[in-house]
Amino acid sequence: MNPLRTLNRIFHALPINLALIIMCVLWIVPTLGLFVTSFRDREAVRTTGWWTIFTPQPVVGETEYTTYCASCHGAKGNALPQANLSDPAIVNKYQRDYQLLAYLKQPINGQPHVQNPALPGNPNQSLPILGKILVYMQKLSSGGAKGPSLTLSNYVDALVGYKGTNSYLQDCASGNTAALLGLNCTASDLTSPAGMGIAMLNSIIVTVPVTLLVITLAAFAAYAFAWLDFKGRQWLFAILVGLQIVPLQMALVPISRLYSAVGMQSTFLGIWLFHVGFGLPYAIYLMRNFIGSLPKEIFESAYLDGANHWKSFTTLALPLSVPAVASLGIYQFLWVWNDFLVAKIFLTSHPVLTVQITNLIDPRGSNWNILTGAAFLSFIIPMVVFFAFQRFFVRGMLAGSVKG
Amino acid sequence: MMPAIMKQGKWAPWLYLLPALLIMALFIAFPTFNTVVLSFMDRTSTQSAAVDCVQGQPCWGIFENYRYALTNSIMLNALSNNALWLILMVPGTVSAGLLFAVLAERVRYEKIAKSIIFMPMAISFIGAGIIWQFMYSITSGGGQQTGLLNAIIVGLGGQPVAFMSTYPINDFCLMIVGVWLWTGFCMTILAAAIKNLPSEVLEAAQVDGATGWQTFWKVMVPLVMPTIVVVTTTMTINVLKVFDIVFVMTGGNYGTEVIANRMFQLIVTDTGRSTAIAALLIVLMIPVMIFNIRRFQKQEEMR
Repeated sequence: MNPLRTLNRIFHALPINLALIIMCVLWIVPTLGLFVTSFRDREAVRTTGWWTIFTPQPVVGETEYTTYCASCHGAKGNALPQANLSDPAIVNKYQRDYQLLAYLKQPINGQPHVQNPALPGNPNQSLPILGKILVYMQKLSSGGAKGPSLTLSNYVDALVGYKGTNSYLQDCASGNTAALLGLNCTASDLTSPAGMGIAMLNSIIVTVPVTLLVITLAAFAAYAFAWLDFKGRQWLFAILVGLQIVPLQMALVPISRLYSAVGMQSTFLGIWLFHVGFGLPYAIYLMRNFIGSLPKEIFESAYLDGANHWKSFTTLALPLSVPAVASLGIYQFLWVWNDFLVAKIFLTSHPVLTVQITNLIDPRGSNWNILTGAAFLSFIIPMVVFFAFQRFFVRGMLAGSVKG
Repeated sequence: MMPAIMKQGKWAPWLYLLPALLIMALFIAFPTFNTVVLSFMDRTSTQSAAVDCVQGQPCWGIFENYRYALTNSIMLNALSNNALWLILMVPGTVSAGLLFAVLAERVRYEKIAKSIIFMPMAISFIGAGIIWQFMYSITSGGGQQTGLLNAIIVGLGGQPVAFMSTYPINDFCLMIVGVWLWTGFCMTILAAAIKNLPSEVLEAAQVDGATGWQTFWKVMVPLVMPTIVVVTTTMTINVLKVFDIVFVMTGGNYGTEVIANRMFQLIVTDTGRSTAIAALLIVLMIPVMIFNIRRFQKQEEMR
């Protein structure tokens, strides 16, 4: 191919690529920011932006060490075998700057400990320098300069619903029970009422039965709408199309009054039924469009072979509509998993993930680190489902908006 | 619709339909009527809403809750905000989705690019609210800005902005979250429609010497117009119902109130006003409902 034409094509495609890439970056940066933050410790989250982990940070104490110590101990601290600064056993003897200062004042083999150039004589000036050198020596002794430290403690804190100012694992290690607020550092903390652990369990308990129920009931109804003849079929289905749009806000007050009258407030049965009710119109619509588009001949030949409706529903319609069931299942699963409003009203004593996140929000904004962990815990399952079955999800969405 | 071809008992269809119909009747049909009834009653649903009237002040009698829903200052704020959301966000998501669908089709990394835009659909609105609250956050008291947007503003020499509590900036900030969430939805549906266009038509336009721009506006847009209409109506519904984003990010404070949040806030304390707002919400949606049923009936005729 003509190289000039290739070049020309690249330049023509440039604006498109640029626009696409800018848009993709804009779309991904907010999530990326929260994701990165979820691995940073509380202090880092509070004081610096998440993007700083991508920019090289000045290494604390490197200049000071190079100035005062490197001429004898070497850049890596191991030039003097009898005083190897890369050996943790030596460095860990000096935890504080004044300890190091006291040591430096002692003679070594009868000779003064040489610093080149000499440290300032005033301790007020020399101590800050030694503090930085100490930090650098600790870094040298722990295997050279490390990258920014990342932690999983935010996820642990979110799982157990830790509300203190330190971190759950640290408080457990130091036995700081006052800050643990009822957590007892055993496996039972994973299901503590304020944590994301129990919330994830609640979300699963809500979502799975709803999805299965919606699919089952919708399949039955869809078969009737597609292959059975009954009076009022057309207008009943038209009503169904209208029902898809009824906002669930219409049902909140009447159903909560009904539930408190029959003692069903905050029960799983209550929220299952509510979600199923509002999931059905779209589900039936989607399934009917699919089952109705199956070739008529297969049902006819089944009939000639002596099959009744029950048989052709279970052995023909259901197996053949697996793709539609998959789409509907994924769609319904994500919808219920991500719901907040219904769970907030009908399941107050068993918070699901979305509700628990809002319980964790501290109005002063001092626990961003835990919120980020909590948010990503709530994303794990929908993200996996979404990326594994994206095809089906898209199909479930399209079925309602394009064909319908 | 094809006629049934098999013999069936008279009651068979209803056995298949009954469980679904019963649940829908109990959870959608009955509450809808009940909500309308409750909207004419007082805050505890025990007597007529007219008892809330105060002498010497405007009173709509039994429609007292609707007086609140249509004239109270916080409801006026909510109504105007929902209108603003409609005016800005619906065209915003639909055009961003269309743009991305058209552009992405021409590159090799189409799938990845679309997944990135579509990804927010997988997560909850609450999670999205947290993600963006973190983007908009402000550090007061001289520390380093940990919210990306304020860090950029300060980096460029500006003063940090309290995005969530400054009206009307906060309104636009919330809408950006909405666009971020819903553009993927619009893009996916529009992309499917564009893929289904007969390629001969687009090729013919090119052969006739139409520029890319002309092909887009004069050929592609008219052909996918039915889908654009569908996406627009769906987005209209979504925007009228917008709730989670506002609830988690501002709680409806600082002038960002929306209808659905007001309805939620009143559920426990005042069932009369709460149901009146819900009824108002469905009244706003009835045109879309009628439109959808008409469209469905037309499609059935063509089957």
